Amino acid sequence: MTYIPAEKLEQEAKELLDKLDFDKMKPRERMQIPMQEMPSQEPAVRAKNIEEVALGYYEEQVKIEAERCLQCKNAPCIKGCPVGINIPGFLKAAAEGDYQKSVDIIKESSMLPAICGRVCPQETQCMELCTVGKGLKDKDKSVAIGRVERFVADWERETGKMSLPEIAPATGKKVGIVGSGPAGLTAAADIRKAGHEVVLFEAFHKLGGVMVYGIPEFRLPKAILDKEVENLLSMGVKIEKNFLVGRTRKLSDLLEKDGYDALFIGTGAGLPNFMNIEGENLVGVFSANEFLTRANLMKAYTPDKADTPIYTGKKTAVIGGGNVAMDAARMALRVGAEEVYVIYRRTEKEMPARREEVVHAQEEGIHFNFLTNPKRVISDGKGHVAGIECLRYELGEPDDSGRRRPVAIEGSEFVLEMDSVIMALGNSSNPLISQTAKEISVNKWGNITVDEDGKTSMDRVYAGGDIVLGAATVILAMGEGRRAAESINKLLASE
Amino acid sequence: MSRILSKIHLSKDVFQMKLQAPNIARERKAGQFVILQADSDYTERIPLTIADADAEEGSITIIFQVVGKTTLNLALMNEGDVIENVLGPLGQPTHIENFGTVVCVGGGIGVAPLHPIAQAMKDAGNRVITIVGARTKELLILEDEMRAIADEFIVCTDDGSYGRKDLVTKPLQEICESEKPDVAVVIGPPVMMKFCAETTRPYGIKTYASLNTIMVDGTGMCGGCRVTVGNETKFVCVDGPEFDAHLVDFDTMMLRLTSFKTIEQKSNHECHLEKAIEKL
Repeated sequence: MTYIPAEKLEQEAKELLDKLDFDKMKPRERMQIPMQEMPSQEPAVRAKNIEEVALGYYEEQVKIEAERCLQCKNAPCIKGCPVGINIPGFLKAAAEGDYQKSVDIIKESSMLPAICGRVCPQETQCMELCTVGKGLKDKDKSVAIGRVERFVADWERETGKMSLPEIAPATGKKVGIVGSGPAGLTAAADIRKAGHEVVLFEAFHKLGGVMVYGIPEFRLPKAILDKEVENLLSMGVKIEKNFLVGRTRKLSDLLEKDGYDALFIGTGAGLPNFMNIEGENLVGVFSANEFLTRANLMKAYTPDKADTPIYTGKKTAVIGGGNVAMDAARMALRVGAEEVYVIYRRTEKEMPARREEVVHAQEEGIHFNFLTNPKRVISDGKGHVAGIECLRYELGEPDDSGRRRPVAIEGSEFVLEMDSVIMALGNSSNPLISQTAKEISVNKWGNITVDEDGKTSMDRVYAGGDIVLGAATVILAMGEGRRAAESINKLLASE
Repeated sequence: MSRILSKIHLSKDVFQMKLQAPNIARERKAGQFVILQADSDYTERIPLTIADADAEEGSITIIFQVVGKTTLNLALMNEGDVIENVLGPLGQPTHIENFGTVVCVGGGIGVAPLHPIAQAMKDAGNRVITIVGARTKELLILEDEMRAIADEFIVCTDDGSYGRKDLVTKPLQEICESEKPDVAVVIGPPVMMKFCAETTRPYGIKTYASLNTIMVDGTGMCGGCRVTVGNETKFVCVDGPEFDAHLVDFDTMMLRLTSFKTIEQKSNHECHLEKAIEKL
């Protein structure tokens, strides 16, 4: 992947579309159609603004990309989707230019298509199993399912014809959803559809959970998130903002005193991990959560308007190799850092971040130090960060994750001068619910344990998403919310 | 949304507000705090202690000092105005039991969070000795309220304009000598808490400090409030705000509190603040 100007991509797609006759194509010929690259803002320009980086497909590109789908009878892609979207179905409708039908097919399974089309790790889900990618021996050349999904979702939103699912007659039952991230929103929609009253509790003042505080504007514009959430709420879901379940009200009180028939906990994994190294609490060391919350939720990227301060210094190190590390690094570049270094202890190949995000970061000028990990944070003598002392690493035998284990090379210490450090090492489960509801069982990592129906050890209480899985992805959390919603609907229907 | 039910100008730059917040008033316990934000866009979220609450009226009382732009904006709001977002109660409640004799030490604005704790300690049957301190007489808050609770009440000012001309550590040391209290609770500026901890340490008196650190969300998510306690990293919002004062690394905490000082000073000259407060 290298940057190609958007106009050039459009031109190429137009020329290609004129040449191709899809009706007469055999699968083998279809597989020769080149994958359509995503148009994006020019790297040097976007590194200085907060606007969305990926611009979305041109209509010609949608047509071509959707026609790349072989419409396999066994549809392996669906098995790779945590919410089981009928992928060949929506691609076929998109190829025919019936975008409404296409988005309606997606919405049978996912209420958040504009979000998923942007932030799903498609290459490790649907695209990983795609026959086209398998045939070309490159999953990055599979049908770009998410990009087409994004297009039809954007089309629907922009044409203002957002459709609502049908809602069953009122049942008189009431369900509380704790947390308005992807798991909670999905569960809310599915439970509401069954005719139950649904109340969504959110500790923050904005809905969306990690999608609003964690994922930056340049990757998921808040206006799009808000619109998708608003659409869901128009199904009649009630909201209680500034409400921290566990503190503002205990789970048991909601059930016993406030008349809730069931609860779903989708609070996410909101407790940032640190490395427990010397100097970690120096001034200038931040968790990615804090950094991104200041930037995204509190809009610190508009310094003339926002009251919430943010600090990057001139040289910023981001520790970690996941999507959050990429988000933090690219945000740091946009809010003031002159040089940003991603420090990751394995190699580029093992990075958990999406390939597309890594490439975008590289194009924007982020530096990468692979096989490197900090040993301590160095103070300037006044309590501020002056640098990090690092060790070089090499890859040893594969570990439990199947990736080769990084091993520190003894005596390889070296110093990188930095004036801020952002730790993006993932999150542990937030202890708040388990602190205040002893009936809820958690495992040794503090994740809530659930049975195959998503039910916790507490009667009528279900859980899903990162609080169960540990830190995962938006779509996996949605899958969890969906599963628990089905169980709750079944429970309430049986009474 | 929380309506401001009343507003009192307590001292030079300290204000007391009663807010409509029935859910928080119902659940709050001594030692807990709220996070508030004047409106949803562009404003900062700040943690403030709950100085008092009335569950029947559905109200909580906050006391805050104007130290920056956000607290200044809050001070400019009036009775009847609405604060868009108030989240709470947050943090672990204070561990209250009948210890015997409890000495409560409050400095400056720290007297506000100390008030409900002293009250709860008294209600639990403790003999409560209270020491309150301020730079000067006008900065002293909640004197009558604290005096009403305490079995013994001592006031100190740095400049001697009222009560004893001493730092609060002086009477604290005397009490450690004479009364041998069972527990000490200290709340105030970090440097005061640090020296109170050093005062009680040689006597082996269990001492709790309530920490007020930089905080964004108050639910454990951001990690900005972290402090070193007994060589472990703890989050003030979910593990605290109270910790064993003898284990807290106050020096690191004080440094971390300066994290955004340069930026804040740039956006908000102190002279502007003073002028704005004078107008109030």
